[in-house]
Amino acid sequence: MPRSSASGIVLRDRDNLALGPYKGAATPVSQRRGKHNLMAVRRLDPNQPASFAFTPENAAWAKETIAKYPPGKQASAVIPLLWRAQEQNGGWLTEPALRVVADMLGMAYIRVYEIATFYTMFQLSPVGKKAHVQVCGTTPCMLRGAEALVEVCKRRIHPEPHHLSKDGDFSWEEVECMGTCANAPMVQVWKDTYEDLTPELLEKVLDGFASGKPVKPGSQTGRQASCPAGGPTTLKEFAKAGK
Amino acid sequence: MPKQLIIDGKPIEVEDGITLIQACEQAGVEIPRFCYHERLSIAGNCRMCLVEVAGMPKPVASCAMGVNDLPPNKDGSPKVISTRSPMVKKAREGVMEFLLINHPLDCPICDQGGECDLQDQAMAYGVGGSRYAENKRAVDEKYLGPLIKTFMTRCIQCTRCVRYMTEVAGVEELGAIGRGEDMEITTYLERGMMSEMSANVVDLCPVGALTHRPWAFAARPWELRKTESIDVMDAVGSAIRVDTRGREVVRILPRNNDAVNEEWISDKTRHVADGLRTQRLDRPYIRKNGRLEPAGWDEALSLVAAKLKSARPERIGAIAGDLAGAEEMFALKDLLARLGSKNVECRQDGAKLDPKLGRAGYLFNSTIEGIEQADAILLIGANPRLEAAVLNARIRKRWRQGGLTVGLIGEKVALTYAYEYLGAGPQTLKEVLDGKQSFAGVLRDAKRPMVIVGAGAAARADGAGVLAAAAKIALLACEGKEGGWNGFNILHTAASRAAGLDLGFVAEREGLFGDLDVVYLLGADELDMTKLGKAFVAYQGSHGDAGAHRADVILPGAAYTEKSATYVSTEGRAQVTSKAAFAPGDAKDDWAIVRALSAHAGQTLPYDSLPALRAAMYKVAPALARLDAVEPAGIKGVEALAARGGALGTEAFGPAVRDFYLTNPVARASAVMAELSALKKSYDQGTTGTHG
Repeated sequence: MPRSSASGIVLRDRDNLALGPYKGAATPVSQRRGKHNLMAVRRLDPNQPASFAFTPENAAWAKETIAKYPPGKQASAVIPLLWRAQEQNGGWLTEPALRVVADMLGMAYIRVYEIATFYTMFQLSPVGKKAHVQVCGTTPCMLRGAEALVEVCKRRIHPEPHHLSKDGDFSWEEVECMGTCANAPMVQVWKDTYEDLTPELLEKVLDGFASGKPVKPGSQTGRQASCPAGGPTTLKEFAKAGK
Repeated sequence: MPKQLIIDGKPIEVEDGITLIQACEQAGVEIPRFCYHERLSIAGNCRMCLVEVAGMPKPVASCAMGVNDLPPNKDGSPKVISTRSPMVKKAREGVMEFLLINHPLDCPICDQGGECDLQDQAMAYGVGGSRYAENKRAVDEKYLGPLIKTFMTRCIQCTRCVRYMTEVAGVEELGAIGRGEDMEITTYLERGMMSEMSANVVDLCPVGALTHRPWAFAARPWELRKTESIDVMDAVGSAIRVDTRGREVVRILPRNNDAVNEEWISDKTRHVADGLRTQRLDRPYIRKNGRLEPAGWDEALSLVAAKLKSARPERIGAIAGDLAGAEEMFALKDLLARLGSKNVECRQDGAKLDPKLGRAGYLFNSTIEGIEQADAILLIGANPRLEAAVLNARIRKRWRQGGLTVGLIGEKVALTYAYEYLGAGPQTLKEVLDGKQSFAGVLRDAKRPMVIVGAGAAARADGAGVLAAAAKIALLACEGKEGGWNGFNILHTAASRAAGLDLGFVAEREGLFGDLDVVYLLGADELDMTKLGKAFVAYQGSHGDAGAHRADVILPGAAYTEKSATYVSTEGRAQVTSKAAFAPGDAKDDWAIVRALSAHAGQTLPYDSLPALRAAMYKVAPALARLDAVEPAGIKGVEALAARGGALGTEAFGPAVRDFYLTNPVARASAVMAELSALKKSYDQGTTGTHG
């Protein structure tokens, strides 16, 4: 309820109660942005090659992909094309590649730039040769220990996301939900997900990439898909019979 | 089917298909908003326009909710909408608090201060303190060209500017990159925006993120005197507001006029303001021993009067420029008639338009609003994007709705809509006329066909033939179309032209220019001065441009912001400018100079006030009296033009406007226009940017 102050000015509840005492900005700068500094600003890399061209195979594939969409809707092919360009270029998108894709689809450059900077699936600076680790940091994964996975990445790869490891083989970043919440926590490397991780299991996954013998994607605790960990809890007879 | 609603306790019936925010406005309730703009697509991302709809669990963004989408009440009673309930107030305060989390609150050093939507609405919905102790985000400034100054930290991501550039200006250069907290508005690699209408984004910006660079930090809005006026940079007659401080025009902003410019103006209209301060003629000059030397009014007028009187009447003449008002043209024609001369000419470019054939023969008969009904447009030697940028935006608006086919004969240029390229020269025009071109069928089948002839095409040596062919095409296309649709259109580039033709300010004989002993130039600068030979030249005008350099006597006049003068737009709309500031130094109102000259010449004109002059002028040209209205000119003028005929040449059509930014003396005096012109050239040549 509004109430009058001594001066007759009507004060609102918010001015006095809901907000609590005004807090000055006394937090040290380094702590203020909290976990936000993990989600790095997605911008083009300062070092860019002069040009980009699809390989003949990819160009033919792109032509087919564009033809899948009705006339006038070619711009719908922008994400598949950008992704293919990224794959061809060792996992990251260059500025000339954005223009090449835009020209192929008759799109304004800025529209393609918007898309490339929006989605975390597009990398705008070079990534690790052997693996670019995308650690999910959204709520279910975070509750199940994603922060410990980030610590592993910081220690083994680089203290900052989007930086190459010393040997250039690895890089990492934190991303939002990858849709594998039932098997949290998880990381994605290239097109595969590695689930039910602990720091130790993540080390094994990374070791696999380092040695050139990647571990099998999916759950790293051996459970099938997102079935209950430790075996079925209901319909046990059917499960037995199935075996 | 109209829809019944109860808004804030008031029952109201609104039309089908509108949005809730529009319904609220019709009910007289103002809804705060940042991202919503009625001339742009709906984004629904600022959430400031939340209202409460009874039966809906959460507040509703009224801009994105159509009245048709409101679920009906079970008993069929009208939906009850509250815009002032505690829930709405709390919701909007929440939105405002979020918006202010990252807004710098640097109002004291922000140019938007005093006319800022965020500032205004924070007065209504802002809370007293902040709960946010973390650092605010900071965003690098972006280079968007010489007109737009950015303070991107202030941006609230309403995306109005992005939608405007994409939808209205038709130049997809602005975009929002990144996401969430990192979202930023920018162009691709910060290339300057290249559009004739880019500065409108500053008006649209609800905060101070985009401000005008040319008059940055020059004034606070409450210090300025605002005068409503009319633009003369092209022949569209856009509604403008001239803001002055003291004698100086600080800025020019658009006014809303749905029939003409909606609420947009071109960059030239807006940023020519600095040209009103430089290169001004502020005292009379007389050429003595080859040098122009300052003189008094009496001396200058006496000299001109003596020259006019001493020459044979058929050897004196007057040429009106592109920015001349109707009043001074009328007075000058009157004076010359009293001196026995009929040698007056307003067609500096030599356009083969003849007022005797009827008004329809030289107007944009379909009107600018009529473009929205058109379903086929044939452009003949016209580049509306440069010749009338605001009108071009109207064609684009119509084109975006679908069902419009545009054909172009002339130079292949980038318009902001797709067109069918028919050919380069009169040969193609003839093919369309003879029905040999497929576009002839498009025009014939169209319900509302338009033929637009550019000023450049009408000014050619074979202009009469081009005009006749275009008129014939228009007549054929419009034959039997309902509602007396007139599809013949002349797209003038000069603000003074239609009024000049209305007043009959045209010579009766060809080759007038080289045949005179005394020439009176009324602001005529787009003229090959060598044509005037050894004639004695008096120049009356506002800027030291081509005419003044050639002149033997200079009579300093007023610019369009410094006088009340009538201009007739290309569609035949008579509008009057207002005096927003005084002319500099000794310069005078233009009609008054002619009136003073008449006294010196012993032929005193019988009017000594503007109203008296106008009364006399309206008798000669009644069309000028019907202010702000377009009177249909009928079809007779088009028929006469078609009947006049004329041979067709072979040369390809060229543009009437080569450099959009430097088309008249005011623009040529503007440093901003010069910078834009140079930038445009460098982009065209690909010396900067990424397109090369």
